[in-house]
Amino acid sequence: MITAGIDMGSRTVKVVFLEELKVDGAPQLKWGVKGKHIMFPEDLDADQAAEKAFNEALQASGIAREQVRRVVATGAGRKQVKFAHEDVTEVSAGAKGTVFMCPSARTVIDVGAEEGRGIKTDADGKVVDFAGNEKCAAGAGAFAESMSRALQLSLKEFGEASLRSDKTIPMNAQCTVFAESEVVSLIHSSTPKEDIAKAVLDAVASRVTAMARRVGIEGEVALIGGMVHNVGFVQSLKTALGVDNMLLPDMPEYVSALGAALIATEGKA
Amino acid sequence: MIANYGYKDGSGEYYISIDTDKCIVCEAGRACLGACPKGMFEIISDDYDDEVAAVKQQFRRSLAFDCAQCKPAGGYTTLPCVSACTPGAIKHSW
Ligand code: SF4
Ligand code: SF4
Repeated sequence: MITAGIDMGSRTVKVVFLEELKVDGAPQLKWGVKGKHIMFPEDLDADQAAEKAFNEALQASGIAREQVRRVVATGAGRKQVKFAHEDVTEVSAGAKGTVFMCPSARTVIDVGAEEGRGIKTDADGKVVDFAGNEKCAAGAGAFAESMSRALQLSLKEFGEASLRSDKTIPMNAQCTVFAESEVVSLIHSSTPKEDIAKAVLDAVASRVTAMARRVGIEGEVALIGGMVHNVGFVQSLKTALGVDNMLLPDMPEYVSALGAALIATEGKA
Repeated sequence: MIANYGYKDGSGEYYISIDTDKCIVCEAGRACLGACPKGMFEIISDDYDDEVAAVKQQFRRSLAFDCAQCKPAGGYTTLPCVSACTPGAIKHSW
């Protein structure tokens, strides 16, 4: 049986197909290279973008549409996926996908482009407790991205630069707009780029940590979402949480789509 | 599940937490719906198909202002939502 999860984020659409195979008679779920990640095309509505991403993913994976038994949508635009049989929040999908990939994870931190959230999960990937920040995007990837542009660094360079800094420059602003003006004044006062990069990533980590603390940090902590690729952020987050180890799944931006595909395997109708 | 709705900003942390396990077998007849003068609660079907209370989307970014009427600066002893929910599912962080 093949199921699909589609994660309609604010900037990208991710599709994952999941196939249940029998290995030595026992059912096993297999997923992998069958994901498709497209930037949200500006000229398309959300439902058209979902359709386009899904068709491209089918084609890339050599799967016929009729083979897909159930589709579950997640993400901010999940209601727009007309062909989905069901939709679930990013919270449930994130927890489910994370525990599948990192079975020992009990605290999940999800940092996407526009939102961050802390989730506590049980061993089955069921959510026990969650918190997001409905108001402030400073605990999210888009903020780090726009700050890296202000420093004229790629996101990768931005993360690496922050690792070269041992300075702690507190950023007081709670809001991305004000934080941006703090960064501009740091640039004008010739603060080294690596120190500014660390200040920004520390600030994002501290916002995200506040959400994780709301739910209580328990067991092993996993980080999912695109910010996993930012080595500087991972370090800032470890420091802010006071943990030495953090589970970092492969293809972290696909974890929620994978969670949706897993939920699809449990689906009703 | 404990669902925390709200935000943290420069002035503080404003979350309403709902212990949704208590909502599944609500022993208060969904009293939260009528108790809040702002009508901030709704019953939703969550991802596990349980019928539980949630804070409506439009209030999640402005709780500090929305609850001000029940939380006068001089202090308060009870909140209508917390008192009405006898199972004790609702908590405020501020
Ligand atoms: S919040 Fe309280 S009153 Fe409202 S549904 Fe849940 S248990 Fe019932
Ligand atoms: S404190 Fe008052 S306004 Fe706020 S949720 Fe409770 S009843 Fe509603």
